[in-house]
Amino acid sequence: MKTFYWLVKREFWEHRGGFLWAPIVTGVVFLVLNIMAIITAEVLGARHGIEIGGSNWQMMIAKANEGDLAQIGVGLDVAMLSSMGLISIVMGIVVLFYCLGALYDDRRDRSILFWKSLPISNTSTVLSKVVSATILAPVIAVVVAVIIGLVQLVIFALVLSMHHVNAWQLIMLSHPFRAIGTLVSNIPLYALWAIPSVGWLMFCSAWARNKPFLWAVAVPAVLGLLVSWFGIMGLFNLPTVWFWKNIVQRALLSVFPGSNIVYNDHALEASADLGDAHNPLSVLSPMHSYALLASPNLWLGVLAGAVLIAGAIWYRRVRDDS
Amino acid sequence: MNAVVTASGLNKRYKNTVALDHVNFRIESGRIVGLIGPNGAGKTTALKAILGLTDFQGELNVLGFDPRTQRDRLMEQVCFIADVAVLPRWLRVREAVDFVANVHPRFNRAKCEAFLARTKLTPDQRVKQMSKGMIVQLHLALVMAIDARLLVLDEPTLGLDILYRKQFYQSLLEDYFDENKTIIVTTHQVEEIEHILTDLMFIRDGKIVLDTDMEAVGERFAEVMVSADKAATARSMKPLDERQVFGKSIFLFDGADRATLESMGEVRRPTVSDLFVATMKGTYA
Repeated sequence: MKTFYWLVKREFWEHRGGFLWAPIVTGVVFLVLNIMAIITAEVLGARHGIEIGGSNWQMMIAKANEGDLAQIGVGLDVAMLSSMGLISIVMGIVVLFYCLGALYDDRRDRSILFWKSLPISNTSTVLSKVVSATILAPVIAVVVAVIIGLVQLVIFALVLSMHHVNAWQLIMLSHPFRAIGTLVSNIPLYALWAIPSVGWLMFCSAWARNKPFLWAVAVPAVLGLLVSWFGIMGLFNLPTVWFWKNIVQRALLSVFPGSNIVYNDHALEASADLGDAHNPLSVLSPMHSYALLASPNLWLGVLAGAVLIAGAIWYRRVRDDS
Repeated sequence: MNAVVTASGLNKRYKNTVALDHVNFRIESGRIVGLIGPNGAGKTTALKAILGLTDFQGELNVLGFDPRTQRDRLMEQVCFIADVAVLPRWLRVREAVDFVANVHPRFNRAKCEAFLARTKLTPDQRVKQMSKGMIVQLHLALVMAIDARLLVLDEPTLGLDILYRKQFYQSLLEDYFDENKTIIVTTHQVEEIEHILTDLMFIRDGKIVLDTDMEAVGERFAEVMVSADKAATARSMKPLDERQVFGKSIFLFDGADRATLESMGEVRRPTVSDLFVATMKGTYA
């Protein structure tokens, strides 16, 4: 267990730039853009003599009924989590390239000979990389997103208080703990959802003698084209798009957080059934997102991912091109 | 004596070349073995087989383990330095020590830090900021702090200047080697390790062509400097090799009678490099 902890730590050392600094920089850029937008709005507002907030706002809040107040709270929640959207995309890219390089880069620079001179099994090595991609990376991304979100909430509160709005009252309308809980709850689901992609990318990384990226993308893409041209899916009474959606996308794009929501057609409709369709966050809420656990697609993906990871471990052992 | 490595019928082919051709050898504990051969003779393949880094046919026993199947446990007792450039470039000195200290059960941190204190390396320095010689110093500090029974060195001093090379072997001898440890080393700089070796193995085209200890080398092989008038007699005794120096001929004999040789001229013990050149004659032809 201690060895495994240090193996994951080693991954963090090596990929500090991608795992830690990429989300931080993304978050900070997001904040800066927000601040610039606020300044622009303020300048434009002042120039045209439009008074935002002030007594009007106070009156609005005073007059607002419960439903309206809930809407404001939801708006703040969404604002708080909006940085996660951008950070998710960046994290997806980081994880994608991390997996492609994880079992290839050290073969290319021959440092695999150093790692293999230590009493560490290939299984632990590969699994530590899987854990880094599916747990470590999203945990760091969520922590960064939460901090950026809280900072953003404070910035909004400060700006509004400059307009004589009772900021505290507004913040009380938001649900930071629920928002944080929502993000955290999605990490295990992300890990399960991403396994087929992580498995495929790491398999290519362990297997390819060169250019793992090309193999990882070209193999599913060429297969997809062949399937499309020859209408092979017709044999199984399935539309061609099934292959693209269930094989190609799952192999390559499941490392992007939230791809499960985009993937799940019913997700958005189902959220309407939950009664709080007005709250976009309900799409992410565990009550809703964990419905995915009932879908065979998720578990078949996990199975395929496990097989691919086993293949990666095997190739890690036998490839001796260093 | 107990054997550290026993190989019998070790065989390995790559697509169209034979890297190891039914090789048999045995390495005892407490020896420093030089595995010497021309490029492409199969040295690295033999070492990789011992380290479980490659598949092979035949029997191989390293410290009682089969390197193919029991590699994880074997590597607790075996260390190796492949050549200078294999430490990952992003690694810092501090991280390297921390990592090895926590994953290797036989690592002595204090010992490692004592070695590092004798170098110019600083804890925050990354491998990519180091010269080749400094990388080897770091690698050697890590390896020497591990209480391993077998150390495998594959061209450890390739590309280093002479100061680093001397220091490398000196550290190994003074601070690391003892009768419970065994070192296998391959190198092309034969002259530099000649005096530290206890055993010598020549490998050529995947076959072991000489396997002997250093004392036996002196008894078995002899070099005689013969003046021109006796050269024909010497030639008739089937020398391994002949070369000309200052108008005299130097002959290298394998197992010739001492007294006869001494009657012809001055007898010397041949250097390993002369022996090597004579043995490997025609390798690249």
